[in-house]
Amino acid sequence: MDSIIERINHNKFWHFHGGIHPPEQKALTASKPIKQLPLPKQLIIPLQQHIGRQGDLLVKVGDKVLKGQALTQSSNPMAVPVHAPTSGVISAIKKSVIAHPSGLSELCIFLDVDGEDTWLAREICHDFTQLSQQDIIHKIADAGIAGMGGAGFPTHIKVNTKPDINFLIINAAECEPYITADDLLMREHSDAIVDGIKILDQVLNPAFTLIGIEDNKPQAIKALQHATKDVEKIKVCVLPTKYPTGGEKQLIKILTGKEVKSGALPIHSGIVVQNVATCFAISDAVINDIPLIRRVVTLAGQALSKPQNVWALLGTPVSHLLEQTGFVNEHQSTAIANPPVANPPVANPPVANPPVIMGGPLMGFSIFNEQVPIVKTSNCILAPSKAEMPSAFADKSNEVECIRCGQCAEVCPSQLLPQELQWSAKAKDHQQLTKLNLFDCIDCGACAYVCPSQIPLVQYYRIAKAEIRQQQQLDIKAEKAKARFEARKLRLEKEKIAREEKHKKAAAARKAMLDKKAADGSSASSAVAAALARVKAKKEAKENANKPQVESAKSPDNNISDDKSQVNAAIARAKAKKLAKKTANKLTESEQANELAANSTETHEKVAELAITNKKTATQDKSSQDKKAKIAAAVAKAKEKAKEKANKTHEQTPPLSGVAKEEVNISTKEKEDKKVRVAAAIAKAKAKAKTKKEQEKQPSPTDKEST
Amino acid sequence: MINIVIAILVLGTIAALFGALLGFASVRFHVEEDPIVEQLDALLPQTQCGQCGYPGCKPYAQALANGEAINKCAPGGEDTIKKIADLMGVDVQPLDENHELDKGPTVAFIIEEDCIGCTKCIQACPVDAILGAAKQMHTIIIDECTGCDLCVAPCPVDCIEMRPIAETIQNWQWDLNKIAVKQLD
Repeated sequence: MDSIIERINHNKFWHFHGGIHPPEQKALTASKPIKQLPLPKQLIIPLQQHIGRQGDLLVKVGDKVLKGQALTQSSNPMAVPVHAPTSGVISAIKKSVIAHPSGLSELCIFLDVDGEDTWLAREICHDFTQLSQQDIIHKIADAGIAGMGGAGFPTHIKVNTKPDINFLIINAAECEPYITADDLLMREHSDAIVDGIKILDQVLNPAFTLIGIEDNKPQAIKALQHATKDVEKIKVCVLPTKYPTGGEKQLIKILTGKEVKSGALPIHSGIVVQNVATCFAISDAVINDIPLIRRVVTLAGQALSKPQNVWALLGTPVSHLLEQTGFVNEHQSTAIANPPVANPPVANPPVANPPVIMGGPLMGFSIFNEQVPIVKTSNCILAPSKAEMPSAFADKSNEVECIRCGQCAEVCPSQLLPQELQWSAKAKDHQQLTKLNLFDCIDCGACAYVCPSQIPLVQYYRIAKAEIRQQQQLDIKAEKAKARFEARKLRLEKEKIAREEKHKKAAAARKAMLDKKAADGSSASSAVAAALARVKAKKEAKENANKPQVESAKSPDNNISDDKSQVNAAIARAKAKKLAKKTANKLTESEQANELAANSTETHEKVAELAITNKKTATQDKSSQDKKAKIAAAVAKAKEKAKEKANKTHEQTPPLSGVAKEEVNISTKEKEDKKVRVAAAIAKAKAKAKTKKEQEKQPSPTDKEST
Repeated sequence: MINIVIAILVLGTIAALFGALLGFASVRFHVEEDPIVEQLDALLPQTQCGQCGYPGCKPYAQALANGEAINKCAPGGEDTIKKIADLMGVDVQPLDENHELDKGPTVAFIIEEDCIGCTKCIQACPVDAILGAAKQMHTIIIDECTGCDLCVAPCPVDCIEMRPIAETIQNWQWDLNKIAVKQLD
């Protein structure tokens, strides 16, 4: 590291591979001071102006906001708030075209400027050296500062690093043609910039702070040298002019000789790079409590009669800036001068608006709508004349075949193979592109600049990069879908097995019951009758043992509960019989009757429930009508048998015979009452059995158990 | 005679030796290769849409490995067919005529006022991307929806429609034909 410092002290620097020397065109604007513009009538503030996520809205339509008031906030660290650049009323929050090459619309806040420019109460910090690191980082985050050099990475994340920073590099190279915004800022506000650097120094505590500046800005160099003359730690490094010196990795290479590995970040080598305009914004935010609401924008190009750097509030529509700098609509005037004869109409409707480029001529993109607002990363608005930049006016590119001259590889600052990349990009061979390190391409456009075949190489790379990113997203989504599909399959499988298990268990239980019956030796038809008789006898005995007198006033509740016990006993038997019936695949008349009888008992519980809740038996089948008759027959049969048995008991115990008779009578009456309900219930039970069978055949995931 | 016997013996011994060597090598240097089904499955788009006639991408991959036609994946389109052809070493075929060309990415959308909560779509969804319960309104988890449109047909009230995914800054693709190329001369 000492050797690096020694070299720097001797003004000896390293070189990066390639690079170009395009005409600088900076004289257009470098000689004029930064102009203060009158307030525009309306500001359009996109919620997202940086890499990362947009914050949550804090305001609603109709709110009156003051200058510097936060409009969004978020707990997400990658989100950066936006602030009201001046006072006014929120007139709309809707989608509007933003500063993006796609020309797509995103959510924007429309602020109707009231012209008073009233500030929110500010808290000016007189001595930032008293602030802790976290305080400063919070202030930077709250001020909504994102890298102002072009990429727009949230600054508070970049400076919130672990210690052991070797170099803090301030990027003041401003290598792209036309742009002089940083140059002018350094000339006019060098003290504020140095304050910003000191604040960063306090947060990061680097071993050295290097300011990299190209030698085509002598006034800015002088201003910075003057401002830093009593700070030993800050070194102003004057670098030879070459595009793209201002690339992060290129600047690191020039100043320190270190190369940032493919895929790695400068922080991995203990280096933090900040743009000079960001330093100014940091000093404004920390010292003056001014959030990032304005920036210097270079308005250049020969289509402007008064090209100049201006202080533009964020959200200012480009049209307002063009108006202020005397935009000459050359395209329209020539179109009038030379009617379609000289300039035959093309497939595209004649461009009403001449091209306006946001960003520099090499890395910028054209904007189709002049309502596009200035955002945190817009450093230049270029309005070229046709003579100045004919390709921007061309309807299609003049691309011809690659002649394999290899000039692109010579100038590539990332030492890639542009022509190989181009072929792979055209063939959409994403694997090969990744192998050729496409993602190390910094989009500088040097290859396209030197290409004699006028191949828009960098455009191909941009397309390929976007496609690969999209593909990666799709791959992730496919992977997720696959996992979910597999999980679902597994779940269904498990459910199926569980259901089969349950059915098997139930079947086994039924079979056991049937076997028991078979062992008893009683025929199927007499089994129920015998059971009924047994139950009745038991009941009788119990009642006799209690109070014979009360029996006449026996409540139906008791009967029901007795019935229930009957039911419980019968249900199992009925089920067993049903199974037997199925396996035998033969249904005799008596068996059917028995089954129905059993079913009737099976559903007694349901009947009781029905009686209580007074539910209508609307679901009754029509077929239940004839079944009713059968049931009646079966019940009568059973009753007869029960009577017979009861009579036998009477004979054995003559004194109780009258009581028994009475009891039988009561129960018969009740039975008749129930008959109707039973009939209804049978239908229901049948229906359920049917659905159950169906479910067995076709298991559904919801699987409502039938009975 | 003896010469022939010697020759046979010598050659036989050599053959046995090399056979043993090869056998050992095949066990010792055995490479666990990705089964072809897994590789095919990785190429398929995993929409689980069943348009190929198989209940999901994995079953189709299995069928492909057994010689099924490679041109049945509609969501994958020409790209997927090309990749499968490369992997299987067969000729590229145009997409099966029975299948419409991919209409671009879509997601299902439930018109929630019309939903009666029948859970039929939930049962149809191959990736469990529908949220809801019986007699409750259902909704689609957009991030999980693969756009397979299997839920559209079972809906008894036709409250599910397929909507194209809106183009945003995040999924926007450069288009050379739309964006004029600028170059400084």
